[in-house]
Amino acid sequence: MGINLDRIGGVYLLPVILALIAFVFIGQFSSWATLTVAGLSMGMMIFLMASGLSLIFGLMDVLNFGHSAFVSFGAFIAATVLAALGAWLAADSALLNMAALFAAIGAATAFGAVAGWAFERVIVKPVYKDHLRQILITMGALIVAEQLILAIWGGVPIQVQRPAILTGSIILGDVSIEIYRVFAFLLGLAVYAALYLVLNRTRLGLLIRAGVENREMVEALGFRIDRLFVGVFMAGSALAAMGGSMWAGYQGLITPAIGGELMILVFIVVIIGGLGSIQGSLLGAILVGLMANYVAFLAPKLSLASNMLLMMAILLWRPWGLKPAVKG
Amino acid sequence: MTAILRLDDVHTDIGQYHVLHGVSFDVPEGGVHVLLGRNGAGKTTTLRTVMGLWRAKKGAIVFRHHDITAMKTPDIARLGIAYVPENMGIFGGLTVEENMRLAAATGTFDKDRLARIFSIFPAMEKFWTNQAYALSGGQKQMLAISRAIIEKRDLILIDEPTKGLAPSIIRNMIDAFREIGKETTILLVEQNFHFAKALGRGVGVIEDGRIVHKGQMADLAADADLQTRLLSLTAEAH
Repeated sequence: MGINLDRIGGVYLLPVILALIAFVFIGQFSSWATLTVAGLSMGMMIFLMASGLSLIFGLMDVLNFGHSAFVSFGAFIAATVLAALGAWLAADSALLNMAALFAAIGAATAFGAVAGWAFERVIVKPVYKDHLRQILITMGALIVAEQLILAIWGGVPIQVQRPAILTGSIILGDVSIEIYRVFAFLLGLAVYAALYLVLNRTRLGLLIRAGVENREMVEALGFRIDRLFVGVFMAGSALAAMGGSMWAGYQGLITPAIGGELMILVFIVVIIGGLGSIQGSLLGAILVGLMANYVAFLAPKLSLASNMLLMMAILLWRPWGLKPAVKG
Repeated sequence: MTAILRLDDVHTDIGQYHVLHGVSFDVPEGGVHVLLGRNGAGKTTTLRTVMGLWRAKKGAIVFRHHDITAMKTPDIARLGIAYVPENMGIFGGLTVEENMRLAAATGTFDKDRLARIFSIFPAMEKFWTNQAYALSGGQKQMLAISRAIIEKRDLILIDEPTKGLAPSIIRNMIDAFREIGKETTILLVEQNFHFAKALGRGVGVIEDGRIVHKGQMADLAADADLQTRLLSLTAEAH
């Protein structure tokens, strides 16, 4: 008797299956649990960066290779704010610790939104409907952004402080879980929940979902989709910067190449998740985060290649990704 | 009779192709009016040009007293023109209700209007919470038309609604369009002459991007030679 996978979770089972397979290879529960939590938190941070790119792809059909510039700027702005609020970070007050962290995340996110607006108006708008020029101009913008970061912050890696309250680990038996990773996971989950509610419970979300499917028809119903484009681009850029700010604290050391390095993973997530789908981005990000951590433990040299293989396998199975937005 | 829509010497290019070569016709207010023509004659291009989805490079399009020739599509729609494209333009990932809600100006439904739509298309009530991609072809067409009439519109442009539909569904569509045509002017683009004949008050025939015949549908329906000449209909098709 065949099993209908959709009735027991469908593609959402994949992270569970991956975790079970990894458990067999790792063999030790404490290592497996630590890696799983690390993978989930890494996945959530990549989700922040990828969700905006996926919506921009889906809604606007724009190939934005400059997306990672927002990740980089987010990381460096957060690092700068955290350094300026060093006293708060080290204070023996959870309130001051978290105020410093949220100030850093807030500054990065606000910068991402404003810079996203300028980027869309100046760089992307003139090349709508022209993919080749989109690739060239957004890659050019990425290079300019990296050079700007070099000019402002220099080429020396920058140490990023974490709030005192989020340093250290929780020990559960033999399992050690970094508190910062738990926070990153919870923040990602909260952003996902907020995005889900906006997309599924509001008229704005209805418009975005409809626009992802058929922009022309949304216009024929009387809506100015160009305004929606700008809003989604700003939100996507802000989320990328937020992801970058969280990633800075996660890594502890950042370089101007941070965005470019993460971009490969972000594109893998968007492609395997399915264009224009927030659920797909979340699923893809969790798979990529888990895979990166498990393989980094089992065969460190194959960490990036494993995610490439994951993408190839999923595309062979589902060419449009795991949860693509429905078209037509 | 007052024209609700007037096209005057409209020329449209699609890429390097000159598709409309000076289309001129009036759509009188009220009832169903049909634009007939063979494949590639310019029917769809005419509707898309009216909606601003393709730009007229020359000529004028006037809706009521508004020159809409250079207006943007959303502004044209807001004047009270609804459009049902050939591919129906359904949002498959949205439910039937969400498709309709998007077309409702305030995002809320007029209960009487909704009840009337359900009486015309009972399938819409039955599949209200279903995702639209799962509907059959006929049901998708019903949804596309329901969406166009969820608000009071002055003019509805409908592109080949019978394409790919079973004869029994086409018969239902004829009844539905008669009902809708009582309150709204419909400009219908069709290849199915039987469907057009059952509904049309006025008729225009387009060929190679030009209007080659204008008149009353009753006259065209009664003239088999004219049908053969204009539409290449066989004796059997008459």
